[in-house]
Amino acid sequence: MTSTSEKRRKVLKAGAALTGAAALGFPAIVRAQSDAIKIGHLTPLTGFLGALGQYAQKGIQIALEEINAAGGVMGRRIQLLSEDSVNPATAATKAQRMLDQDGVAVLMGEINSASAKTIMQVAARNKRLFMQIGARSDVLRGADCNRYTFHVDIPVTVMVNAAGIALARDGLIKGKRIYCLTSDYLFGHDLSKAAKAFIAANGGTIVGDELTATDATDFSPFLLKIRQAKPDLVATNLGGNQVTNFVKQYSEFGLPFPVAGFNLNTADAWAAGEGNLGGVWPTVWHHELDTPGSKAFVAKFRKIHGQPPENHAWIEYVSLRIMAQAMNETKSTDTEKLIAYFEKEPQFDLLKARKGYFRSWDHQMMQEAYPFSVKPKGQAKDKWDFLKFGSAVPAADQPLEILAPTKAQSACKM
Amino acid sequence: MQLFFLLEQVVNGLVLGGYYLLIALGLSLIFSVGGVVNLAHGAFYAIGAYISLEIANRLGFGAAVALSPVAVGVLGILFERFILRRFYTADPILSLLVTFGLALVAEQAIRMIWGAAPLPASMPQALKGSVILGDFLFSRYRLLLLAVVAVVLAGIWLLLNKTAFGRVVRAGIQRPDMVAALGIRLQPYMTSVVVLGVGMAALAGALFAPIAIVHPAMGAEIITVAFVVVVIGGLGSFWGVVLAALLVGVVRGVTIHFAPAAGEASMYILMFLVLLFRPRGLLGERIEKFE
Repeated sequence: MTSTSEKRRKVLKAGAALTGAAALGFPAIVRAQSDAIKIGHLTPLTGFLGALGQYAQKGIQIALEEINAAGGVMGRRIQLLSEDSVNPATAATKAQRMLDQDGVAVLMGEINSASAKTIMQVAARNKRLFMQIGARSDVLRGADCNRYTFHVDIPVTVMVNAAGIALARDGLIKGKRIYCLTSDYLFGHDLSKAAKAFIAANGGTIVGDELTATDATDFSPFLLKIRQAKPDLVATNLGGNQVTNFVKQYSEFGLPFPVAGFNLNTADAWAAGEGNLGGVWPTVWHHELDTPGSKAFVAKFRKIHGQPPENHAWIEYVSLRIMAQAMNETKSTDTEKLIAYFEKEPQFDLLKARKGYFRSWDHQMMQEAYPFSVKPKGQAKDKWDFLKFGSAVPAADQPLEILAPTKAQSACKM
Repeated sequence: MQLFFLLEQVVNGLVLGGYYLLIALGLSLIFSVGGVVNLAHGAFYAIGAYISLEIANRLGFGAAVALSPVAVGVLGILFERFILRRFYTADPILSLLVTFGLALVAEQAIRMIWGAAPLPASMPQALKGSVILGDFLFSRYRLLLLAVVAVVLAGIWLLLNKTAFGRVVRAGIQRPDMVAALGIRLQPYMTSVVVLGVGMAALAGALFAPIAIVHPAMGAEIITVAFVVVVIGGLGSFWGVVLAALLVGVVRGVTIHFAPAAGEASMYILMFLVLLFRPRGLLGERIEKFE
């Protein structure tokens, strides 16, 4: 009997160790050569943004393999320590630990605006570079901006302007009655503010403006209110998977008013199911973008994962490439040198028609965005194919900065 | 006109309440008979939704709704036989811990099998759209859902009140020792109750998959609502749970009518008020073994 109970104890111990490790999240690669350049990477892998974070990890991993296969940076391999950021408090703790104990040169990552904010504070306190890849709240590059953080994804204002221009062109804003539905948290409020400014500036009237808690999964009471208001357009400022729930139920009730929204990630659109999504939305990138760079990346991703990449996979892929390019050209991993380099506004290949650059005074990547509508039923080639691209905004002959907040509008002071 | 809009919210709330009922009734039954608060109940709801997607892709929507609860019911047998059974007479904190742990394991297992990304689920085209009944707008699909709930509810009520099986279960709720003294083993009855309970949760998952997003954390989202409904309705009371589920749906609709941002908070405020003035719940019965 002793031996069985010992065995059992061992199994239990191993189980406990496993669970503990799973809870803490092992770094993707534990130890490589000591001369490798270490980069700390944090992104949500659980919670309501976890699905997007998994795409993020897959994207950055492809860039990592490419860069190391091509000889690394300055002849040294890049070693990526990638972990679940969990929540804003844990994100900050892990960022600090990566800097102190793991000796990472720079920090990258995030999708959650609140976690991005706490990592930005860690970066500023330690005077170390943080490339904030996927969080979109305006405040991060506005009032909360700091000189150690660079933002790759488009901010909320750009998303609103990208979809808004297409809506205005289709005659859905000027003189129209618009009903707004907003997720009740930082990101939703940010979206709502930008959307209202755009609608007011373009001659629309807001006839309904409702907040919905982020844990709401049933929208039927709101659908009844929308029906009563009889708007010309329903404009959604919803975050995360709320968009999916809303469009599914809107389609279920079959209301006749056109729907649009100022935030939609490809993964949320995929989850909506065929025939449920309609309207006009903005996106920062999509796997059907017709450029050689994007096509090559999509083909590679498809080969490895058997499906096209989501926009978070793309943005992580280009971000690590930008970081590698910066380190190669400055021949350094030093934060001050990298900041000086980025602030000279060098151009980076984003796999889009036009190259992008970090604007020197708010460290925001200036790049093309795209409004899109949804392919009519029956025209989609496969379950990943739903989107009908609008032309890129800003137009080819306009400066990239026209969609972003101007220096006068921005609260960023570095 | 304003009154009409309000009434429309009340009616819509009743429909939503029917869906809450499907999950809460199982939770309440398992608690009444076994004395265990099954925090893994939401996991069965989620697994029910995922299995229904797998079946729907192969055999169609109708088969998915019919077979998913059966498949989850089989899981329920294993769950009762190998886990839950050990905790009926143990310290309640242990059963809370074990079912909570199981919920976490189930969520992670879903993530490993089906991925973290939410999955698409659609209803048959014929069920989409709305119908107007007496000036009220209804989603056609939800009317069907309500009909299914009504049938299930009637079935459970008949089973509990008009059959020999139901008599033993009801006696077991009040005096398990007396049932044992009469020479009746309660264990098979308990297994059946758990199968019924988790089967109903799976049915709710399968029916709600085309309406709301199917993702690994969906079980964690629903368990709170189910728990609130059971507490408001009162433990051990069949009609208490029915009343509470409908009430939670209506209160939510009416709250959203007047103060949309407070919509999700409304059920907690309701629970608070009920606990303040009627700690036993609306129709809660006195159960000797819990006194």
